[in-house]
Amino acid sequence: MARFRTWVSIAAAGALSASLAGCSSTGGKRAEDARKAASAQGGGAVSTPRWTVAMITHSGDGDTFWDIVQNGAQQAADKDNIKFLYSHDDEGQQQAQLVDAAVDKGVDGIVVTLAKPDAMKSAVARAVRAGIPVITVNSGAEKSKEFGALTHVGQDETIAGEAVGDELNRRGRKTALCVLHEQGNVGHEQRCAGVKKTFDGTVRNIYVEGTDMSAVQSSIGAKLQADPSVDAVVTLGAPYADTAVKARQDAGSKAEIDTFDLNAKVAASLKDGTLGFAVDQQPYLQGYEAVDLLWLYRYNADTLGGGRPVLTGPQIITKDQAAELESYADRGTR
Amino acid sequence: MTATTSPLRRLLGRPELGSVVGALAVFLFFALVADGFVRAAGLSTVLYAASTIGIMAVPVALLMIGGEFDLSAGVMVTSSALISSMSSYQMTANVWVGVGVSLLVTLAIGFFNGFMLTRTGLPSFIITLGTFLMLTGMNLGFTKLISGTVSTRTIADMEGFASAKALFASVLTVGGVDFKVTILWWLGLVALASWILLRTRVGNWIFAVGGGKEAARAVGVPVAATKIGLYMGVSFAAWIAGQHLLFSFDAVQSGEGVGKELTYIIAAVIGGCLITGGYGSAVGSAVGALIFGMTDKGIVFAEWNPDWFKFFLGAMLLLATLLNAWVRKRAEATA
Repeated sequence: MARFRTWVSIAAAGALSASLAGCSSTGGKRAEDARKAASAQGGGAVSTPRWTVAMITHSGDGDTFWDIVQNGAQQAADKDNIKFLYSHDDEGQQQAQLVDAAVDKGVDGIVVTLAKPDAMKSAVARAVRAGIPVITVNSGAEKSKEFGALTHVGQDETIAGEAVGDELNRRGRKTALCVLHEQGNVGHEQRCAGVKKTFDGTVRNIYVEGTDMSAVQSSIGAKLQADPSVDAVVTLGAPYADTAVKARQDAGSKAEIDTFDLNAKVAASLKDGTLGFAVDQQPYLQGYEAVDLLWLYRYNADTLGGGRPVLTGPQIITKDQAAELESYADRGTR
Repeated sequence: MTATTSPLRRLLGRPELGSVVGALAVFLFFALVADGFVRAAGLSTVLYAASTIGIMAVPVALLMIGGEFDLSAGVMVTSSALISSMSSYQMTANVWVGVGVSLLVTLAIGFFNGFMLTRTGLPSFIITLGTFLMLTGMNLGFTKLISGTVSTRTIADMEGFASAKALFASVLTVGGVDFKVTILWWLGLVALASWILLRTRVGNWIFAVGGGKEAARAVGVPVAATKIGLYMGVSFAAWIAGQHLLFSFDAVQSGEGVGKELTYIIAAVIGGCLITGGYGSAVGSAVGALIFGMTDKGIVFAEWNPDWFKFFLGAMLLLATLLNAWVRKRAEATA
C-alpha cells in the first residue's frame, strides 16, 4: 500500500511538472478564451416570457455538423430569452420517442429533423395536435408542410447536388466519385443523384462505413487505385474531405477533392488549395433561424417562406472566400 | 429450491430481485429530478420505449439462460420489417401475405442460426456475428436492388394495412392517455416465457442446456432441438418487433437496427441473466428493459445533456450486475 502511494505521488508530480514545462505559446485553450473575450457575449434582448424550445435531430453521437446547428440554435435562444433543450438519436423509432417526450413535457416549440419522415410522422402529428408549433430543419422539406409544420429551414439536397455538378463542369472534370458515408440516408442519395443530373461526365457512387475513418480512407484509396480515370472525389461531409485527401496520397492519384459542408479543417484546406471547393448549407443558420422563427411565431404569429422551404444553401465556397470563413469555422459557427 | 424454504428465502433466490430493487431506485430518482416523468403521458412514453426493447429482451434472456448469444437479433428486426413490406409491395398482395412471408423467412433465419450452431460446434458468438453481418448487408443490398432507394416504399394504401396496423401498432386510449399496443405484446411474451420456463418440461431443458450441455445430454435432454427452438424464439420476437416497426411508420429504413442486439443483451443481464448461462428469468428481462427505458427517457425529461447517456447506461449496467451478484451470494449463503 505504501509503495502504491509513493508511485501515485511520483506520477502526480511528474504529470504536474510536464504540464507546467510543456506550455504552448500558440493556440489551445488560452487562444480560444481570448477570442471569446474579444466577441463579448450579450444577454437576452427581448422582454418575452421564458419559453422552452426542444430540438430533436437524427444525429449520431458526437457529430461536428450538429454541433454547429446547436450553436446557432443556442445563440438565438440566448437572444430570445428561450430555454433550449437538445436531444438526438440516429434510429427513427428512438427519435420519434424523443419528440413524444418533448410533447409530454409541454414545451412551447419543437424543432425537428425529418431524415426518416415515415418514422417521425405520428410523433410530429401528435405535437401539432397538442398545439405546439413545429419547425422542421435540415431534412424532410417535402414532408414538412404535409406533417403540419410551420416552415422548413434547410437546403434542398437535389439542388445542392446539381450545384456541385455545375461546378465540376466549370472545372472541366470528367469522372466523379460520390462518397456516401451513411447507408440508408435519403438526403445523401439525393445529393449524389443531383450531381449525376447536371454533371456532363460520369458519376460513380461508393458506399463507405462513415463511423470508421480508417475504413473510409482505405475504401476511397482502393477505389482511386482501381480506377485511375477518377479526377474528382465528392465527399458528403466535411470530416470525410480530409480523409479523402489522405486516401488520394495513398493512391498517388491526382483527383480533386470537393466536399459538401464545412468545418475548420476544410476552410484551411480550401485556403491552401488542398481542396477544390466546398458547398455549404450554413448549419448555424438552420439552428438559429428555426429557434428564432418559433420565437417570432409565438410573439407575433409570423411565419416565413409562404408555405415553401426557407433555403440556407447551397453556397459554393472556393479558395477566395475561405480565408474569411476560417476564423468563423474555428469558433464553430461555420 | 426445496419445498421447505421460507417465502422470504424463495424471494431472495429469484434472479430478478436485484433488478427490481434497481428499477425502483431508478424510478424514484427520475421521479424526483425529472419534471414530467411521473405524469401519465410521460410514463406511457417510458413504457413504450421499454416495450420496444422488452419484446426482444424476453427471448434473448431465454437464449442466454440456455447458454448462447444472438448478435443478429438487432438487424433481424429490421430484416423482418423489410421482408414484410417489400414482399407485399412487389407482389401487390394483401399486406397480411407479406406479414406471413416475413414470419416464415424470419423463423428460417432463427433456424439457420440454431442449426449452424448445433451442427458446426462453433461458438454462438461467431455464428451469429456472421449472421449479423450478412443480414446488415442484405438489408441494404436487397432494399436498394428492389426499391431503388434506401428505404421501402409506403404500403399504407394497400389492403389489409389497417387491420395489421391495429394488431401491431395501434394506440389504446386508457383514461385519456395513449398507450401503444406493444406494451401488451411485451407483457404477453413475458407471461408466456415465464410459463415455459417455470411450468413446463421445455423450461427445465432450457436451464439444463445452459447449466451444462454434456450433463443435460446424458440425462436425455434434446440439446440441439432446445437450442434451435431458442433461436427461433428470438426470430419470432424479431418478427413481432419488425411488424411493429413497419406498421407504425409505413416505410422502413434499411440501415437501422445495428447495435440494438447489445441493448437486448444488456436488458437481460441487468435483469439477472448470467453471461455463462443456466440462470435468469423472463420477468428479469422485462425489468431490465424497463430500467433501460426509464434511463433513456428519464435523461430527456431531466433535461440533461444527452452526450452522457451512454455513460449512465454503462454505470447502470455495472451497478445492476453487482447488485445482482451480491443478492445472489446472500441468497446462497442463507439457503
